[in-house]
Amino acid sequence: MGVVFYLISALAVGGALAAVLLKNLVHAALALTLAFFGLALLFLRLDAQFAGFAQILVYVGAVAILVVFAILLTRGSELPKEGVFSKTWLVGLVIAAGVFAVLAWVVLQTGPWLPHEAATPAVTVNDIGQALMARYVLPLEIVAVLLTAALLGAVIVAMHEKERTK
Amino acid sequence: MQEGLAFTPQLSASNIAEWLWLVPAVPVVASGVIALLRQPKRKLASGIAIGSLCFSLLLAFVAFGHVLSGWSQGFAVREVVNFSWIQVGSAQVELGWVLDPLAAVMLVMVAFVGLLIFIYSIGYMAEDENYTRFFCFLSLFAGAMLGVVIANSILLLFMGWELVGLTSYLLIGFWYQKPSAAAAAKKAFLTTRVGDVFFLLGMVWLFAQTGTLLFYDHGVGSLEPLALGGLLVHHAAWGLTAAGAIGLLIFAGAVGKSGQLPLHVWLPDAMEGPTPVSALIHAATMVAAGVYLIARVYPLMSAGAIIRPFVTASGSTPALIVVTWVGASTAVFAALIAVAQNDIKRILAYSTVSQLGYMMAGLGVGGVAVGMFHLITHAFFKALLFMGAGSAIHGAHEEQDVRKMGGLKAAMPATFATYAVGMLALCGFPLLFSGFWSKDGILEAAQHWSVARGPFYLLVFGALLTAFYMTRQVSYVFLGEYRGHGHPHESPRVMTMPLAILAFFAIALGAVGTPAWPWFRGFLENRAVPFETAGFSEPGLAALMLTSSLVVLSGLGLGWWMYGNKSTKAEEPDALEKAMPPVWAVLRNKFYVDELYGATVIAFYWWSAKVADWLDRKVWGGIVAGVALVFSGWAQLNRFLDTNVVDGGFDKGCEEIATSGGLLARVQNGRGQIYLRLLAVGVVILAAILIWSGRQ
Amino acid sequence: MASPLTGYLLVAALIFAIGLAGALTRRNAILVLIGIELMLNAANLNLVAFWRYGPHPEALTGMIFAIFSIAVAAAEAAVGLGLVISIYRHAKTTDLEQMNRMKG
Repeated sequence: MGVVFYLISALAVGGALAAVLLKNLVHAALALTLAFFGLALLFLRLDAQFAGFAQILVYVGAVAILVVFAILLTRGSELPKEGVFSKTWLVGLVIAAGVFAVLAWVVLQTGPWLPHEAATPAVTVNDIGQALMARYVLPLEIVAVLLTAALLGAVIVAMHEKERTK
Repeated sequence: MQEGLAFTPQLSASNIAEWLWLVPAVPVVASGVIALLRQPKRKLASGIAIGSLCFSLLLAFVAFGHVLSGWSQGFAVREVVNFSWIQVGSAQVELGWVLDPLAAVMLVMVAFVGLLIFIYSIGYMAEDENYTRFFCFLSLFAGAMLGVVIANSILLLFMGWELVGLTSYLLIGFWYQKPSAAAAAKKAFLTTRVGDVFFLLGMVWLFAQTGTLLFYDHGVGSLEPLALGGLLVHHAAWGLTAAGAIGLLIFAGAVGKSGQLPLHVWLPDAMEGPTPVSALIHAATMVAAGVYLIARVYPLMSAGAIIRPFVTASGSTPALIVVTWVGASTAVFAALIAVAQNDIKRILAYSTVSQLGYMMAGLGVGGVAVGMFHLITHAFFKALLFMGAGSAIHGAHEEQDVRKMGGLKAAMPATFATYAVGMLALCGFPLLFSGFWSKDGILEAAQHWSVARGPFYLLVFGALLTAFYMTRQVSYVFLGEYRGHGHPHESPRVMTMPLAILAFFAIALGAVGTPAWPWFRGFLENRAVPFETAGFSEPGLAALMLTSSLVVLSGLGLGWWMYGNKSTKAEEPDALEKAMPPVWAVLRNKFYVDELYGATVIAFYWWSAKVADWLDRKVWGGIVAGVALVFSGWAQLNRFLDTNVVDGGFDKGCEEIATSGGLLARVQNGRGQIYLRLLAVGVVILAAILIWSGRQ
Repeated sequence: MASPLTGYLLVAALIFAIGLAGALTRRNAILVLIGIELMLNAANLNLVAFWRYGPHPEALTGMIFAIFSIAVAAAEAAVGLGLVISIYRHAKTTDLEQMNRMKG
């Protein structure tokens, strides 16, 4: 595990922390972007170039912007009066800590059995394309339908409200 | 006695015998029809009653004529029609009727006298508002009595017997608003009931012993030689044969119905009923039913004695001995009481009891014909006397106390004349009147009775007393001066006509019973009877006739000497009372028999009723209440369980569920983050479980 | 020497937990969605890491899975944010503590 790994990890984790902890929503959204970016770098380090770039394109390019838009549309930039954390934030923290504990424990327990080395897979985009069209064509189509439905749904949800307020 | 040709028995039923059942049935049906009429339809009611009885009388005449023609041709007529009514197990309950001389004679008498009294009642009850009801009951009575007469089955006889008793009750208590009338009716019913219980026992025993209810049934009837022979073989208690014991039981029934000692107490009280009732039921017919019953079952009573048909000669049976002594004692007992009575009808009532005693004694010593002859003659002149008394009561404005009457001879000549005829017939005035011949027949038989002479002397003494008290009565009522209020008047024609007719028969009937021509006896005993004046020359007969005449005349003379033609005042005590006060007191109070019964029988009855009441209320009632309490307690327990345990438990359970549901619902607080937390916790737990189970 | 996979997995777990904590404790609905995105990303990291160090990476299973996951997550983010906006229009707030209409 090289230094690079730790740096990138720090970026991702830090971004995540910041996204969750910052009071200002816009700042949180930007921190989220950082976290996404860090994760994309991690993908690249894992020789999953396509995934990494897809991550940047979709998450950083679309989802983060979407979140910012939503924040702006819902006046999230204004600081709420009662505080950003719920009254029972400790319970949630404990639960999340519990989840992390379980997961970490599992990972560490199975540590010795995990493979140490693996050769860099010789994967090209062509291969990915082939796979999508051949083996995974059905999920592909379904995802296409899903995306269409989501698109339509989002439009409808947003549109109805518009008509009413008019 | 004359021996006649032996008659050949004629047993096949002729036409009239087949239709004989109509004779009682028509008046009963008429009674039913009258019962449905409304009260105002008086003429219709009496019309129906009289019409039905006319019809019965007509049929009775036809039947009598048929028997008479058969007798004159030398047949002993006994026609029987039997039928089976119901079947109980293997036994048949049979009913039937019989037509023989005894029945024929009785039918004619009952129907004829009954018809006359019905006609008389139109006048007597004219002002009564319950006129229709009266004729309904009268009709029913007539039907029942006629049924008793023709019955060939002892059960049918008993049914008619009971029905006669019922109608007697209804008619004695006709004016039921009067407490004394209601009490008298009840007393009559209960007293005759005592006799009827014994009758029923005798009937059942007879049926059990002989296996048949029928009297005459082509050789196997209970009064026919085969059955009687069987009865004589069985011995009951106290040296009696079954025949004797059954005979005594049946006689007990007759004692009740005919008012013999000791069950005579109801008859004088029965005078509470209207006078036609007294005339018909308690003089001529119902009380005669007892005598008729003994006459009907005479073969049973006399079984075992050496007999000619229907007549005991030497040696009597225990049953007949009892009958004779009871009859003779009753004759004297009642006559003594009659001497000291002041109510015109009571005197006649006791006279009836006395004469019934004569009839019973006659049956006992002389056989069926002797007793029946007196019954027939007595029916006519006693009915006459009662109706005449009724006429006198009417004329004296409903006064019944003889001390307040008097001098009615002048005001009511027709009544007086007919009454005098009846009175002389009753006394047995020599030669001219039927009573003389019938009573003499009894005296003669008693004189020759082989068992004892006691009854003879008693009966002679009774004749003396009869003449005495009748003279007393006639003197008080008709002679002297009128001691009442207002003016007495004669009764209407509709009442005096029957009196005249009866008076005629009171004289004429004597002709068929004289020793010169004992037609009646011959008719009943199925013997030919030529007219022979030689009959008078039987040894001892003339002496007897002389003796009885002397006795009667001396009785009349004594009465006349004490009471006749003396203008006594109403408040003055009786002449005899003045002479012998203690004797008078005893006689006046009827020998205190009623008081004796009251102190013993009635007291016992009240005591046992009280005991029964106590038992019923405390013991049985207590048991019932206890059982009820148990059930009530059980029900209460059930209720408690149901309310508290079942319901309560159920309600509690539901409450718990509701509460827990409410508690659980709090989890659904509508906040997504909380749901998410719970999800995460669930995941953690699941993972932990998986890990731990994996580790195992 | 520990596997490099362990590191990646731990990082993924950490980001997942952070995302979960955010989803569970922040009041704003959008931040809950942010947390959910973080969780999805952590899962993607897991997938890719296992693809890289698992058997048969040439089968591309892990990668394709991750790609699809990214696609679906994007769709879900779009719809979810659209809902948040529409809720905001209705309730004039995005505070989750005040949204308990589904209570009971």
